[in-house]
Amino acid sequence: MTIEELEQIAKSVSQENAKYDFEVNVCMDLACASQGAEKLRDALVKSAEAAGKSVLIRRTGCMGPCSSGPLVRVDPDDVLYKRVNAGNAEAIVGSLGGEPVPELQCDLSEHFEKQVRVVLENAGHIDPEKIDDYISRDGYKALLTALTEMTPNGVIHRITESGLRGRGGGGYPTGLKWGTVAKAGGDMKYVVCNGDEGDPGAFMDRSVMEGDPHRVIEGMALAAYAVGASKGFVYVRAEYPVAVARLTTGIREARRRGLLGNAICGTTFNFDIEIRLGAGAFVCGEETALLASIEGKRGTPKPRPPYPAVSGLFGKPTLINNVETYANIAPIVRNGGKWFASMGSDRSKGTKVFALTGKITHTGLVEVPMGIKLREIIEVIGGGVPGGHTFKAVQTGGPSGGCIPAEMLDLGVSYDALMKVGSIMGSGGMIVMDDTSCMVNVARFFVEFCMSESCGKCIPCRAGTAQMHTLLTRICLGKGTMEDLDLLVDLCGTIKETSLCGLGMTAPNPVLSTLKYFKNEYIEHIVNKRCPAGVCNIEAAVPAVPVEVLA
Amino acid sequence: MSTFIPPPLPSDDKRWKIVNGTMRKNGFARNALIETLHTVQSSFGYLDDDAITFVARSLRVPLSQAYGVVTFYHYFSLKPPGKHTLTVCAGTACYIKGADKLIAAAEKRLGIGQGQTTSDGKISLMVARCVGACSRAPVALSDGEVAGEMTGDLMLEQLERWAVE
Repeated sequence: MTIEELEQIAKSVSQENAKYDFEVNVCMDLACASQGAEKLRDALVKSAEAAGKSVLIRRTGCMGPCSSGPLVRVDPDDVLYKRVNAGNAEAIVGSLGGEPVPELQCDLSEHFEKQVRVVLENAGHIDPEKIDDYISRDGYKALLTALTEMTPNGVIHRITESGLRGRGGGGYPTGLKWGTVAKAGGDMKYVVCNGDEGDPGAFMDRSVMEGDPHRVIEGMALAAYAVGASKGFVYVRAEYPVAVARLTTGIREARRRGLLGNAICGTTFNFDIEIRLGAGAFVCGEETALLASIEGKRGTPKPRPPYPAVSGLFGKPTLINNVETYANIAPIVRNGGKWFASMGSDRSKGTKVFALTGKITHTGLVEVPMGIKLREIIEVIGGGVPGGHTFKAVQTGGPSGGCIPAEMLDLGVSYDALMKVGSIMGSGGMIVMDDTSCMVNVARFFVEFCMSESCGKCIPCRAGTAQMHTLLTRICLGKGTMEDLDLLVDLCGTIKETSLCGLGMTAPNPVLSTLKYFKNEYIEHIVNKRCPAGVCNIEAAVPAVPVEVLA
Repeated sequence: MSTFIPPPLPSDDKRWKIVNGTMRKNGFARNALIETLHTVQSSFGYLDDDAITFVARSLRVPLSQAYGVVTFYHYFSLKPPGKHTLTVCAGTACYIKGADKLIAAAEKRLGIGQGQTTSDGKISLMVARCVGACSRAPVALSDGEVAGEMTGDLMLEQLERWAVE
């Protein structure tokens, strides 16, 4: 495969598409698919045939505003339809070439206006199972350009220049990490993609892997070229069967086109990717645990150093990045580091994809420039809290993050700003809570999660999370004392400072942040024996989610 | 040095050939343990002692280590699933929207706890850590089929349909 061949494919795809008068894109992501998008697509095909119109009906990845699904977008007019079912197919096909169907039209201009799409640029525009669709939107151009015109160091320089930081949540500068792996000696190096999206309430990586798998493959290949690796692994949750299927198809197609394999593009660069399935362990999102899991072992973390960049998978230098990080690579190499660095805030460049869920009008996937105010994400893009309720807090970073209260909504979203208020960027889950959510109960939910997901290797995490859970349960049941609060704070400090890996070190964050901003709710439970949100069943005294404590 | 000869297949059940295929594809390497266990579970529905022993011997992994891996990961099950499985998602978004109440209602109706199967082997009740369909929270899966905006009534209706089958 050469650049000329790539351009030829892109040209033939656009010629093929030009044969049709209209394009009808049907979102097939989980949320839309679970509401009958498949039937809808079949109905559209039938209606188009019956009407004798020349329509290209395409299945695409997530379009974004999942709460309005199933979604359909008609091009070239760029009309978005919401809550479409198979029964509407005839009306939509009938409207092609005329006026749009008014009752289905979806006006979300405010929702889309503030967004900037880099990672999601292809979402809703390509068929994820067709490599040619990806190629027609400049896919694999960055890889072939890099292979023929750039040195590995040149690629790393471009990534460093872009200011990209790890999108898995840690925020480690990507260019720096790549440089370390590139400098590491040895003839065998690995590139690993962390697709173990374990944060409950986050689904960005799933949507990227399902909706645009080649973007991840291209990013990994570029990384492999830059650091000198010849073998890659994608570690995906077994709970995401569609992502696994799409990646499998993607890898097969890329091999067939000579974009993976030996002597890619006639150069000496060899690279291939294998998929490894996770098996439901949150701790495997931690890099050393993830590597242990790829090696077929229990996913328990190891102390660092040595860092995986020096001694990782099978003891070889290994580069690990998150799905979204890899998804940013091709656009950066294509458009230059300066282009990327021109977006975002001072120390957090580019864009970030968030999964906006919870008590919010427009749930779904959004991609915003770093530095955007939380208020804009929640009130403008998300459409605010529905049902006449009032906003209470937004939770970022999953079980490792914290709850940010209403008074801090003017905070600009960046790694440092979120860290400062006691939360973290995390992988991008953003869960909105309103006055019907009890913050003590939310803290208990996350601690219960960390407790059952603790791998058990180090004591602070294994026993500490269980003790935190006991204290929080006691408070939720109205049996807590004020001394319990002091004990809780003390315990949080110990767990934070002495745990081995990120899971334990961040497990107290949900407790500390709710204690900081919503202490009155804790006091209300303890002193007045009442739950202000009416969630905790203080009378019945039965824990909502009973779990075995294995300390 | 004698060459390693993998143990014979436990029975002439064709599914063992699929399991063996996964191991062969990976050159009977020890690091293929999790991959192979996935194949066993997708073929048989669960992992029993015979299966774990067979895989451990074939890959030359100590039985203790294989058992350790099986019990470490939530995805692997040591018990056969019921004829139908109701999975309630308990991710954050679902929890905020009342997944705990759904779980409690299902437990009450079925008379079993999460992770258990009714005594007639008809229905298993599972709780998932997040299936990534957060925008449609609360979510429940009926035999793997995702259904969003789940209510207690809808869920109980499904359980009734399964119960009278």
